[in-house]
Amino acid sequence: MALEAKNVDFRYGRNQPWILKDQCLKIGKGERLAVFAPSGYGKTTLAMLLAGYLEPINGQVLLDEIPLPKKGACPVQLICQHPEKAVNPRWRLRRVLEESGPLREDLLEALGIQRAWLARFPRELSGGELQRFCVARALTSGGDYLICDEISAMLDGITQAQIWNVVLEEAEKRSLGLIAITHNRRLAGRIASRILDLSV
Amino acid sequence: MEQTRKALLEMRNISVSFRMYGRGLEQTDLRVISDLHLTVYPGEIVAIAGSSGSGKSLLASAILGILPPNAAVRGDLQYKGEALTPERQKWIRGREIALVPQSVAYLDPLMKVGPQTDGYYKPTKKRRMLFERLQLPASVERLYPFQLSGGMARRVLVSTALVTGARLIIADEPTPGMSIEQALEALRMFREMADEGKSVILITHDIDLAVEFADRVAVFYAGTTVETAPASDFKAGPEALRHPYSKALWKALPQNGFEPIPGFQPYAGNLPEGCLFAPRCPYKTEQCEKQVPPMLEIRGGEARCFHGA
Repeated sequence: MALEAKNVDFRYGRNQPWILKDQCLKIGKGERLAVFAPSGYGKTTLAMLLAGYLEPINGQVLLDEIPLPKKGACPVQLICQHPEKAVNPRWRLRRVLEESGPLREDLLEALGIQRAWLARFPRELSGGELQRFCVARALTSGGDYLICDEISAMLDGITQAQIWNVVLEEAEKRSLGLIAITHNRRLAGRIASRILDLSV
Repeated sequence: MEQTRKALLEMRNISVSFRMYGRGLEQTDLRVISDLHLTVYPGEIVAIAGSSGSGKSLLASAILGILPPNAAVRGDLQYKGEALTPERQKWIRGREIALVPQSVAYLDPLMKVGPQTDGYYKPTKKRRMLFERLQLPASVERLYPFQLSGGMARRVLVSTALVTGARLIIADEPTPGMSIEQALEALRMFREMADEGKSVILITHDIDLAVEFADRVAVFYAGTTVETAPASDFKAGPEALRHPYSKALWKALPQNGFEPIPGFQPYAGNLPEGCLFAPRCPYKTEQCEKQVPPMLEIRGGEARCFHGA
């Protein structure tokens, strides 16, 4: 059981420079990996490839030796860096959340999502509040792998610790493979069992 | 000494509320910022830390006068000793006060980032120097915002504010996504600005970075300031801090324990009667639940707590 990027190359257009070249990464179920690299190195691109939002130009992304499924909820869930760009601005948040399945009361409770927020539009919530919805959405849909792309950079210390405790508990319970992209080495030390630095 | 210096920006009893429609034509006012005090002097960096959703970004919008039309600001807002009226705000923003927006979605998606950063006055040479200091390659100026990574977009946003030469920069979470070296360089540039006699309001969650550069730290919770303290107190640790929320915030950082306190910030429309932090406070007494504590001077700082030690 593993999620694997095999010699992946990617660039955003034929005249653009290569973002990723011959990149490999492997993570097993139940493993927790932190990924480091300088800004602009391709961390988010790698996350999008692993979660099936982009297709590699060369190389493959394999889940248990086969390519990611094209239909249904992707077993690799991605929580994006900018929550305000990851939700439909014209949907109320109840609809945003229910897109991935029936509401899970325990998650709403643990993440501190107020019932009243469900009736609001994304622009009526703060960045930190929206990110809780994105976390809840990714955890509701099932799936075996979770990629967290700088999910707590816009949160205060207490909320950051709360949300990570929810994610880690869920990861433990469902034995998720977890990839955390972060610039905060101290945070990485708290959450990951293995650290990968792409720049070395 | 602070009394003799003239404040650049002074906020007293600021409150911000939103008019919302309930059932039918029924309207309610949702107060999101209340009784807020904050003073910024020339030559200083004031860091604002605090809970997500506590109104930090709204405060930035309120100073600049860019809140949505259903918002109402009350209280005393002064810039250079004169009231900051909507007309004055309109003239001042982008000239005297510049904003580093929190969301990278503030960049114009249809404009290349070089000309976009130059803005109306086209200080291209200065902008190129800023890009270089922030480790943005020269080719970046020909890219569109969607071609940038999160950290690059953030560095472009910081440049858009620094290039204006404003007297006051309000930087709303300028550093997420940047590597530690780039974040330090950005903060160093703010520090240089302050040392020239200008001022910076730095809204941030990276408290450990901010305290290295800031003079004072204001801690926000549920729409008000619960504490203002010299930055050195945050370096010293929880014993030097005054408000129980500041202490809890310090203890929750990954390097200091990563232990969250239970409960959540109360939300507008559902605020407790007394101290806003009372429902989560380990030291609360009956007085805290009934009365709103005033801002009290404690050991060279201020805190809104009856038991602040």
